[in-house]
Amino acid sequence: MSGFTFAEKALARAAGVSQARAGDVLDVRPDVIFSHDNTAAIRRIFAEIGAENIAHPDRVIVTLDHAVPAPTTLHAQNHAEIREWVQQQNIAHFFEVGRGICHQVISEEALVLPGQVIFGSDSHTTHFGWLGAFGMGVGRTEMAALWATGELWLRVPEAMQIILTGELQPGVTAKDIMLHILRELTVNRGQYRSVEFTGDAISSLPIDERPVIPNMMAEFGAMNAYFPPDQQVRNYLDLRGGHGYQPIYPDADAEYEQRHTFDVTALDPQIALPHQPDHVVSLAEAVGQPIQQAFIGTCTGGRYSDLAAAAEVVRGHKVRVRFVIIPASSQVLLQAAQTGVLTDLIEAGATITTPGCGPCMGNHMGVPAPNEVTISSGSRNFKGRMGTTDAPIYLSNPYVVAASALCGVIAHPKEFLA
Amino acid sequence: MISRVWVYGDNVNTDVIFPGKYTYTLRTQDEIATHALEDLDPAFATNVQSGDVIVAGVNWGCGSSREQGVTSIKWSGVTTIIAASFGGLYFRNCINQGVRPIVCPGLVNVIQTGDSIEITANEIVANRQHFPIPQLSPSVQAILDAGGLLPMLQRRFQSAAPA
Ligand code: SF4
Repeated sequence: MSGFTFAEKALARAAGVSQARAGDVLDVRPDVIFSHDNTAAIRRIFAEIGAENIAHPDRVIVTLDHAVPAPTTLHAQNHAEIREWVQQQNIAHFFEVGRGICHQVISEEALVLPGQVIFGSDSHTTHFGWLGAFGMGVGRTEMAALWATGELWLRVPEAMQIILTGELQPGVTAKDIMLHILRELTVNRGQYRSVEFTGDAISSLPIDERPVIPNMMAEFGAMNAYFPPDQQVRNYLDLRGGHGYQPIYPDADAEYEQRHTFDVTALDPQIALPHQPDHVVSLAEAVGQPIQQAFIGTCTGGRYSDLAAAAEVVRGHKVRVRFVIIPASSQVLLQAAQTGVLTDLIEAGATITTPGCGPCMGNHMGVPAPNEVTISSGSRNFKGRMGTTDAPIYLSNPYVVAASALCGVIAHPKEFLA
Repeated sequence: MISRVWVYGDNVNTDVIFPGKYTYTLRTQDEIATHALEDLDPAFATNVQSGDVIVAGVNWGCGSSREQGVTSIKWSGVTTIIAASFGGLYFRNCINQGVRPIVCPGLVNVIQTGDSIEITANEIVANRQHFPIPQLSPSVQAILDAGGLLPMLQRRFQSAAPA
């Protein structure tokens, strides 16, 4: 008999059964569940169910992040309704406007730990694989069901292994690895799979960059993603009061229906062309494309390392186009203020706004006009993603976004990096 | 139960089951049903009858997670889909929408569109061959029996009797 994958082990634990195999159907009790600005809509489905109270409010997290601070009265009403609900239901973990994007905040607060299961009403919940947790996105009805019962049925996914070897060159980041994977394997290959990573390249990835890959596994169709937690992860959680967890590692002889190996040593910066995240080419092929806006932000590309990378490029120069910076959280913003990164960015002409999703899904704070081109450190460049279908979006690492902001065209960052 | 079948091949994705261009414009059940399998088999929507069954190869319903991939078929009158295997999200959507997904690897090879099969609680009979039906976990079966996730929870929380 072969060994078990991470998904098989983590879901068996959360379902309270001794073992599980891909294809088994389990009733899974997640350790934590979360929703964001869609909480009010979920509340309305919850009301239809007829349950009065959330079964386990101690396991529930709500963040306000998708349109913050409220851009319109309607958004403000939505937030007000959510606050009232949070109070009424004694929801244990509530994060106000400005604290940051759900995935980043939940990580920083150590609310989910290695080996645990977290479901969120957001497709990028795969994010939490960076901590060695099982993170999966669910629909609104499913979240309402989770509120009502604390559990959700699940078919244990088949697993795919991706092996990352080698070490990145300066100016190349986890984002480039992710874009390269999409380039090679396309947006569908991970469909309903547990994508489980291993390899020596992971431990040499800076901790702050790691979430990029599990996060963007949503663009790969994955159900969840997994990085084996190492000492860097333990240190990260120690600092934030995350204790008493039991990491789960897949068995060496676990059954993977596919295996792919990528050596990242020779990787150069990658860029996704409009309008799909797997329309990826080497940066050189897109250099010179005029842009009207550069954007550093989102749950994918708005961490401290992204801001610091951008600062390294623009320090002592002036940008030629709008340069919008949205830290993924208040902690990111604070750290950037304390280290001088913020000063560098502002002096170069960047504008900094409230931690949250910003223009990522077209809500506000940097949406483009028709025919304006944006280069973004985010994860999605679908037609219309930032609010209007005629505004092309390019996706790249933060060095490239910053260099492009300086040049007004898509540019290679090498000449700006010492 | 004797059912007439519609037979399809491997790796049929939800884009051909229900084209993405309609996902935000069509709202009523009838409208949505009219476009079921539009880009796979234009004859389906016009000729399907209530009680018919779909039989497919591997990975039926791969691709986008859109719920209409299931509901367009359900609202055409098909409440059982048999496939050698299902796209994982499609399988979830079937259960949550109260459409019975049956995993049956061999069946697709022995029948053709228009044939009849018999489906009992435990097996499928086609051309005098018997195919076992894998049992769903009791909790998932309960969702199906209730007609989907929302009706199941409604029944559980709105009935006077304690759950
Ligand atoms: S930043 Fe963008 S991708 Fe991330 S949660 Fe917000 S809207 Fe979704």
